[in-house]
Amino acid sequence: MIMMRPQDILLPVAAGLCCKPGGFHIDPVRPVERAVITHGHSDHARAGHGAVLATQETLDMMRLRYGENFAGSMQAINYGEEIRLGEVCVKFHPAGHVLGSAQIAVTCKDTCIVASGDYKDAPDPTCTPFELVPCDVFITEATFGLPVFRHGDASDEVKKLLASVALFPERAHLVGAYSLGKAQRVIALLRAAGYDAPIYLHGAMEKITEYYQSRGIDLGELRPVKGVKKAALAGTITLAPPSATSDLWTRRFPDPVTAFASGWMRVRARARQRGIELPLVISDHADWDGLTATIGATGAGEIWVTHGQEDALVHWCQSKGLKAQPLDLVGYGDEEESETPAIDEAEA
Amino acid sequence: MNRFAELLDRLAYEPGRNNKLRLLTGYFREVGDPDRGYALAALTGALSFKHAKPALIRDLIAARTDPVLFGLSYDYVGDLSETVALMWPKAVLAAHNNPPPPTLTEVVTTLRTLGKTELPKQLERWLDELDETGRWALLKLVTGALRIGISARLAKTAAAALGDKDPHDVELIWPGLAPPYLDLFAWLEGRAEKPVNRDPAPFRPVMLAHAIEDSDFAALDPADYIAEWKWDGIRVQAVAGRDERGHVTARLYSRTGEDITGSFPDLVPTLRLPGAIDGELLILREGRVQSFNVLQQRLNRKVVSPKLIKEFPIHLRAYDLLGDDENDLRELPFAERRERLETFIGKLSDPRIDLSPTVAFASWEALTAARADPASAGAGEDADAVEGVMLKRRDAPYLPGRPKGQWWKWKRDPHIIDAVLMYAQRGHGKRSSFYSDYTFGVWTAGEGGDELVPVGKAYFGFTDEELLQIDRFVRRNTTEKFGPVRHVVHEGDKGLVLEVAFEGLQRSPRHKSGVAMRFPRISRLRWDKPPREADRLETLERMLKAEAVEIEA
Repeated sequence: MIMMRPQDILLPVAAGLCCKPGGFHIDPVRPVERAVITHGHSDHARAGHGAVLATQETLDMMRLRYGENFAGSMQAINYGEEIRLGEVCVKFHPAGHVLGSAQIAVTCKDTCIVASGDYKDAPDPTCTPFELVPCDVFITEATFGLPVFRHGDASDEVKKLLASVALFPERAHLVGAYSLGKAQRVIALLRAAGYDAPIYLHGAMEKITEYYQSRGIDLGELRPVKGVKKAALAGTITLAPPSATSDLWTRRFPDPVTAFASGWMRVRARARQRGIELPLVISDHADWDGLTATIGATGAGEIWVTHGQEDALVHWCQSKGLKAQPLDLVGYGDEEESETPAIDEAEA
Repeated sequence: MNRFAELLDRLAYEPGRNNKLRLLTGYFREVGDPDRGYALAALTGALSFKHAKPALIRDLIAARTDPVLFGLSYDYVGDLSETVALMWPKAVLAAHNNPPPPTLTEVVTTLRTLGKTELPKQLERWLDELDETGRWALLKLVTGALRIGISARLAKTAAAALGDKDPHDVELIWPGLAPPYLDLFAWLEGRAEKPVNRDPAPFRPVMLAHAIEDSDFAALDPADYIAEWKWDGIRVQAVAGRDERGHVTARLYSRTGEDITGSFPDLVPTLRLPGAIDGELLILREGRVQSFNVLQQRLNRKVVSPKLIKEFPIHLRAYDLLGDDENDLRELPFAERRERLETFIGKLSDPRIDLSPTVAFASWEALTAARADPASAGAGEDADAVEGVMLKRRDAPYLPGRPKGQWWKWKRDPHIIDAVLMYAQRGHGKRSSFYSDYTFGVWTAGEGGDELVPVGKAYFGFTDEELLQIDRFVRRNTTEKFGPVRHVVHEGDKGLVLEVAFEGLQRSPRHKSGVAMRFPRISRLRWDKPPREADRLETLERMLKAEAVEIEA
């Protein structure tokens, strides 16, 4: 019998990660016949595929974003469920990144490859915790693949936000957060810290946040910020897509304090470039310690590193005696790039 | 230390003055002695210990991280202290026996006495005990690079607010205080009497003038005012006093109360009589006042060499006398203080100090003429160093701050050019949604015909309404974006012409155009003017020749 090489099972091509023996692509960036999708962020979940296999939540989010006919056919799969596709078995495991996010384990003969999509090993009340999946080849993201990225405890960052609200009761606090996942996590963290006042939402996050609530995630009282008088926003917290926090839209707020919840806020220059006054280091991706701990714990002998700071992580793997290579996939990165732009009121 | 680090962290991102004050006062209220006192010292630059060299920090991190990973990280972060703070590996400490992180007091007092050879070990221990922000602040503190946009004055104002005191009162007693300022905080919190300033040569809070508007003159009577030249130098306070043993101590303060005596050792022997002079620091060569550009070359020098002193001879031109020997003159009317000043300068009889002459005038018309032509109104050959005229009420006492209706400044008309908007950048704080920082340029001959070369940047001078208009123009006419910077259309027939006012010009090898403006601001929007009719670089070069000053790199 001929030994199966990992790259015979999964191979990066222009459309994304292709599984020839299974007849599908994982998170394809171009329309394909059959797509298996890790999570609902728009750089991973795109419209126009023939068939889509994903968790129910991911399918629902795609439907919210792209409409009912985002694909020819859809099939939902649960965590822990296994499906045979062509010559391979596909199994979904929680990735802990956002609601419905999954790692996809692809097994062919004796070789198991885990495509983890985006993942984090830190606690998050809005999604199922990350599950460690032992495998032969582990495909890891490297968004925060530098040892300077250590995210710390997200609840401490939320305390920072609440301390600022207490210190500046006459100002509005505007928190930039990606509308899928980050925003809901920040709200849940605020609730967990005992903040029970209404939290205001930018129009672009209303639908997805309502969806989270419909899945039984308690986010307390939420209100649309649209139509609220400027003076009434003093002392409140509003969540908005990051692009909106530096736009004309902010003029409706009284002397806003601009916060941004992101792993990038760990680095001062990044925060300053964006004109952020209150950086909150809250990330939906694993930090350096999380990435390296996970890689080690999977027991994989070979690591493929994709989207982000591949160089440093590949170097680290090699220094630990692991076979590692960067995987040249294009089209993934900051969800922010694909955020809906804020409504430009003054010009409209 | 972690709490102090948190404060620094927040201050570093906060652009608004009032909000900075709130953060500072909040810290002083929340944190006890002596930590808050050392924090105040750190913020006012009053701490003194030998700083650690960056090479030491590099050695520490090299010993515990992979060089490739450090290189990639440093490259990404771009700041040594920050990179080290972020990637410092978590210490493997015995969980039940972790020492608490050091307090600011512990850090400051230890650093004061620590020997050079003990420093690396001590730093390592602290870095192990602190969190990311704590490590960042510690490294900034020990390397002496605590640049977070806070002036000493602002920190003192925040401390004063703790006890609803006037910041001037803090300023008055400040020279007699020392870290950790227990007596100051006790007074601010109402637990003790005001500390007495035993400094023989204390700073006195400065009196400032309002800019006069045309409409103000109607209500003013020329007979109530004394006019003098406004010299284009550095406003200072020169103070001398006797200590307990009868020796005279002399100090030079900036208008914010910063002690700048060390930069002007050549002026100290001149201040041999006890008193306090309010005046202007100038460079005089062969009896002629040099331009501000020349003076600038003597400022902010780490080492004041004999050569520098010889080539840039310092001079004090006196405006006012606040103290004469033991007597505080500040309650006296200006006219009387002026007489005392004349006597005092006469007694000093030193070529390095002279009186700023008054300008005789009987009507506002006469003063307008004098301001327009200082050379023939008494300033003579020094006319180029005249920035305008000052009007002081004869009966005005010397009041700290900017009291209404007492002193007026009436500057000469600024230089004006028409320039073309080239790039725009978003502002901060309240202006963070507006493109409010503008880079503008003038025409010059390039290889492919005329092209615009940037000559300056301005971010004020316009009204709120004009800001809205420019902001809209920028958004609709962006040709490219580089991060926060927008490239705005600027061609011969497409673009926005800005009338830019500025105070002076100097040669600058750091700028592509070779010139740098002093105090540029937008004075008018010239929607009516096509960009091709904006000014040329040659116009600026002619102005430079008129100023005839070469600035070293």
